[in-house]
Amino acid sequence: MTDPISLSVVEAASALRRGDLSQDELFTAYRDRAAADDTNSFTWLADDLQAGLGGRDAAPGTDRPLAGVPLAVKDLFCVTGVPTASASNLLRGYRPPYTATAIDRLQHEGATILGKTNQDEFAMGSSNENSAFGPVLNPWDRTKVPGGSSGGSAAAVAAGLAPAAIGTDTGGSVRQPAALCGVVGLKPTYGTVSRYGMIAFASSLDQAGPITRNVADAAVLFRAMTGPADRNDMTSIGWAGQAAGIEVPSAERLDGVRIGVPTELLGEGVEPGVRASFDAALARAEELGATVVPIDLPHARHALSAYYLLAPAEASSNLARFDGVRYGNRADIGDGGLVELYTRTRHDGFGPEVKRRIMLGTYALSSGFYDAYYRRAQQTRTKIVEDFAAAHRDVDLIATPTSPTVAWGLGERTDDPVAMYQADVTTLPQSLAGVPAISIPCGLSDGLPVGLQLSGAAFSEQRILDAAHALEQVLGFDASPARRRGPAAPDAPAATGKDAA
Amino acid sequence: MIDRDTVLHVATLSRLELRDDEIEPMARELSAVLGHLETIGELDLDGVEPTTTVVEDRSPLRADEPHRSLPREVALREAPDASDDGFRVPSPQA
Repeated sequence: MTDPISLSVVEAASALRRGDLSQDELFTAYRDRAAADDTNSFTWLADDLQAGLGGRDAAPGTDRPLAGVPLAVKDLFCVTGVPTASASNLLRGYRPPYTATAIDRLQHEGATILGKTNQDEFAMGSSNENSAFGPVLNPWDRTKVPGGSSGGSAAAVAAGLAPAAIGTDTGGSVRQPAALCGVVGLKPTYGTVSRYGMIAFASSLDQAGPITRNVADAAVLFRAMTGPADRNDMTSIGWAGQAAGIEVPSAERLDGVRIGVPTELLGEGVEPGVRASFDAALARAEELGATVVPIDLPHARHALSAYYLLAPAEASSNLARFDGVRYGNRADIGDGGLVELYTRTRHDGFGPEVKRRIMLGTYALSSGFYDAYYRRAQQTRTKIVEDFAAAHRDVDLIATPTSPTVAWGLGERTDDPVAMYQADVTTLPQSLAGVPAISIPCGLSDGLPVGLQLSGAAFSEQRILDAAHALEQVLGFDASPARRRGPAAPDAPAATGKDAA
Repeated sequence: MIDRDTVLHVATLSRLELRDDEIEPMARELSAVLGHLETIGELDLDGVEPTTTVVEDRSPLRADEPHRSLPREVALREAPDASDDGFRVPSPQA
């Protein structure tokens, strides 16, 4: 029999339908690997298939497209009865009474939940080092970060601990860890997937997306996630009809496709090895018939400033709900009053980066600074949206390296928030513009994966998936080293820091 | 750029307690970050409309009709301190 771990989502679903593999066999194969994980990718693992149903009474019929496919789900997605903490001590132990729509849709299509994955606390970070559950290690080199904030999701897929994972991307949190871990990450157009039940970071930017081994799997999971939401859920734009038409990509050529390369994003800070891999990938695109042209995104270099004002501003408002009253943990304040309850709970519960961003966002919104910071950031966002619209009058796709560098060493940037924020410089412009973007692995530099980012106009997911698939076939990236270095002994003790199941 | 008093003022607005030894590092880090973000001050943005969301013209609104919310006992289940019919908190006057 084929090793179940070797199967992609599409292949596993097909093997399950044919009866070549049972749902239990597949689940157990991954459960055993994940339980022996030494990268700290998971914050919770389902004990068995039943526990992985996450509040559902019974597994859906075997006729569903994803029937029996176990998925790793970023901790910030609420799942009924399943520990959901957004990797924060403030929420540690919280078990939501409902399930996020994106996850509910995947369950409806037959997927089961293998476990919750580690992340930066409240999705704030680019290295997964801001987690109350401890850092995630990069499966390619356990002295390196996996990227963030969906670091556990990307590492789990890279290490073969799950067939695929679901993450969220606010400024690059699906694409950048996918790049650093050598897997595929899709950030769909803003608003295509419901945000209901996703613990909010920056609501005008937050977007759920799949992290997968290949582009075809990303297409299948994206289609499943966008299904119709509850009639009272107004956090998506009602795109389910169009998403249902997303096809598994099969394109082999890029004839007639015009790819723009924004020179502004290829300057200082892009490592030579990353640049070499990126240039080689573009050369392959040209061999497939694409035309590669330089383009201008004149305001893209200001995306970092705009993002690190807007996202913290929205976060400072979103995270006001964590006050020790309705859910989560409460600080012991003795005879203290209500305000002390709020301030102490938030002091004890939030980690340093979350506090920094709440402070930064509150400052940017405060009287006297609103116009100079928050409003200017919103105006800059307008210019960035216009830049992308202008560029797409000439080109179909925009290509950049997903990350200016490969995975860096654990602890290397933790004392320097500005250096950490620079990691997102090539993913932030697309986030602010709300456009869809994918990262696919395009080579190695110093033995570590390099990601190629392809973005397109809003709602051009099919074109992006087709082009990414065609390139994926000729790039022939070998992801097996990260899986081989994975755990060998299924009965080794689980990594520390997990919640009890 | 961000001094101790500003940090304390913003912390109050943020409902965030900071210990004495956390104030100076916060001032230093916020100053460093804001110093880096100042580049948007260079742009000529006169007359540019701010963008709040990229889907403004597509955002749906639900019908304004009453519908069932979480049952009370479910809503109270995860509270750190709940009474039979609500969330229990210390007195605002304490």
